[in-house]
Amino acid sequence: MLKVEKRMETPTYLKVVIPIVSVLVAILFSSLILLITGENALAALNTIFAGSLINWQEVLVNGVSLMIIGIGIAIAFKMVIWNIGAAGQMMMGMIFAAGVALFLHVWIPPALLLPAMFIAAIIGGGLWALISGGAKAVWNVNEVITSLLLNYVALYILQFLVNGPWKGVKSMGFPQTDPFPEAARIPTIFPTGRLHYGLLIAIIVVIVFYFLLNKSRWGYEIRVIGEGRNVARYGGMSLAKNIFIAMFASGALAGLAGAIQVSALEGRLSPHMNTDIGYTAIIVVWLSRLHPLVIGIVSVFMGALLYAETSLPAAGIPTEIAKLMQGLILFFVIAGDFFSRYKVKMVKE
Amino acid sequence: MKKILWLGLALFLMASFSLVGCQTGDSDKFKVGVIYIGEPGDAGWTYAHDQGLKAAIKAIGEDKVELVVQQNVKEDQSSSQAMEALINQGCKAIFATSYGYMDYIVDLAAKHPDVYFFHCSGYKTADNLSTYFGKIEQARYLTGITAGLMTKSNKIGYVAAMPIPEVVRGINGFTLGVRSVNQSATVKVVWTNTWYDPQVEKDAAIGLLKDGCDVIAQHQDTAGPQIAAQDAGKYSVGYNSDMKSFAPKANLTSAIWNWEVYYEAAIKSAMDGSFASAQYFEGLDKGVVAATKLNTDIIKDTTIQSKVDAAEAKIKGGYNIFTGPIKDNTGKEVIPAGKSATDTELLSMMYFVEGVDGVIPK
Repeated sequence: MLKVEKRMETPTYLKVVIPIVSVLVAILFSSLILLITGENALAALNTIFAGSLINWQEVLVNGVSLMIIGIGIAIAFKMVIWNIGAAGQMMMGMIFAAGVALFLHVWIPPALLLPAMFIAAIIGGGLWALISGGAKAVWNVNEVITSLLLNYVALYILQFLVNGPWKGVKSMGFPQTDPFPEAARIPTIFPTGRLHYGLLIAIIVVIVFYFLLNKSRWGYEIRVIGEGRNVARYGGMSLAKNIFIAMFASGALAGLAGAIQVSALEGRLSPHMNTDIGYTAIIVVWLSRLHPLVIGIVSVFMGALLYAETSLPAAGIPTEIAKLMQGLILFFVIAGDFFSRYKVKMVKE
Repeated sequence: MKKILWLGLALFLMASFSLVGCQTGDSDKFKVGVIYIGEPGDAGWTYAHDQGLKAAIKAIGEDKVELVVQQNVKEDQSSSQAMEALINQGCKAIFATSYGYMDYIVDLAAKHPDVYFFHCSGYKTADNLSTYFGKIEQARYLTGITAGLMTKSNKIGYVAAMPIPEVVRGINGFTLGVRSVNQSATVKVVWTNTWYDPQVEKDAAIGLLKDGCDVIAQHQDTAGPQIAAQDAGKYSVGYNSDMKSFAPKANLTSAIWNWEVYYEAAIKSAMDGSFASAQYFEGLDKGVVAATKLNTDIIKDTTIQSKVDAAEAKIKGGYNIFTGPIKDNTGKEVIPAGKSATDTELLSMMYFVEGVDGVIPK
């Protein structure tokens, strides 16, 4: 008979093995569903994995945004502050960066234009996150609700700008801004493909925040607060101050990701800016158990699954399969958590 | 027991990965990729393109050409990824059927010189990028004749999509058709700022009907305005595809696209390499646009069809519907007598002709 025992401590190797096995079980489960629905499971898996290897640049393009936003979300989540508003913070970053690119570029030397856009985006995304962060810190307002709802507010601001005051002269009546000047575009790394130098920024963000979160006093405070607020309070740490800082950093990184995305891939603002990735990043963070380096790796994995959403229909397979797999992977990883906390034994009676 | 489970899992994974590694057999068909702004089932813009592509491929031979579709592709950078995925699947010809893909397709065309790109309704070309569009305003002119002869209140409603040259040109062509047979009729325009929103577009038509309009024309991809007209017991003029089935008691005629006329030639040019970068912009004479036969369940007067046929023959014979003297709706002369609008003027047209009751938002 089976017996379940609580583990006193989770061995390190299990922390690695269990998520990987969970992902593989999810893939196996997806394949079963594919077989039952009569789709060609091998062709689908082939498209998802081999297709991602061939078009690795597109996978990394998706990964860049996921990494940067993911780190931001992890900062808040580590403190048990649930910032669901990365999509809106990303949009604010895009708007601030676009404002600099479109209207201030005449006063800024071309070489400094991109840094100026990034700083503007960091401020824009950070301040936007501080609306819910501040309400949480001062009045203890539930940040899940405020950060989520502010996503819609950000979307309406974006739509207002591109339909109204920022509508381009050369846009032929379409709701979009004029194209950014060339100096406001992040260049691609290779002559073919869309992979851009935002990847370097993403890698730097991952490494810097790995050290900040794991080796610095600030990271320590965040972790202690996450473990227990009362303990932190007894230790003399200011909860409100740390919520402010963490939410600003969280939103700032989402804003930075927005600026990179709009600069490298769009080159103008329009009503659809592909900010759904702000929600996908939450899954990445959860799968990575808030670990910055793991976020870097899982972002690439999730980037491949996102790419599958477009590569599957190109292979004549419904795009829903990629979404199904994303859901199943999250489900199984969370379910697999059980095995890292409990031991299942076979006991002979 | 546990070990056996682990072994089984490991074996399964190894097997699946080794299978994943090998590409499934690619067919040697010529692959044509298309990105759609909506879904082929919309009975509107995307439906017309999908019908055209399917008909063209049938004509060339389904054993030679394969169509790969990406639907609901947004007009943002995700369209680049959608097109990259098509190219990755081996597509050598890519069709993009919405204006907003323009800058992404220009970038992509530069990066994939071995792939032929075709962009509908844009204006930027490259060595391996052509644009294509049709003079739907000629078909709208014909439907305008029908509307002008069928209206009793002399007020015709037009549910307009976005204030861009394409839509403005359509309204003007329609109005010129109306006024060619009925000088006292006006065309009242309302903007929905949508391409696909059944409810908003239906509501806009209801507003026009309440205002006294008794024929409703439209630009969007849904049949909402047609249904509104039928519900009110009035008439309607369809667009994109034959919309008669949505409102059989209201739909008089529809201005439709026959994209297969272009698609067949375009796909062939990509297959045999005879592709030459061009801006295709043709009309009734080539058959890429047409007005459907009048709905004889409603229209008993056969002289109307013959008037439409006469105008069609005239346009096919080379008559430009935008031939002066044409005034705009503020009374200013925009095309002097004896002159006709050039294609460039048509593609950037941003004024309403006399007879239109409406303004173009700036």
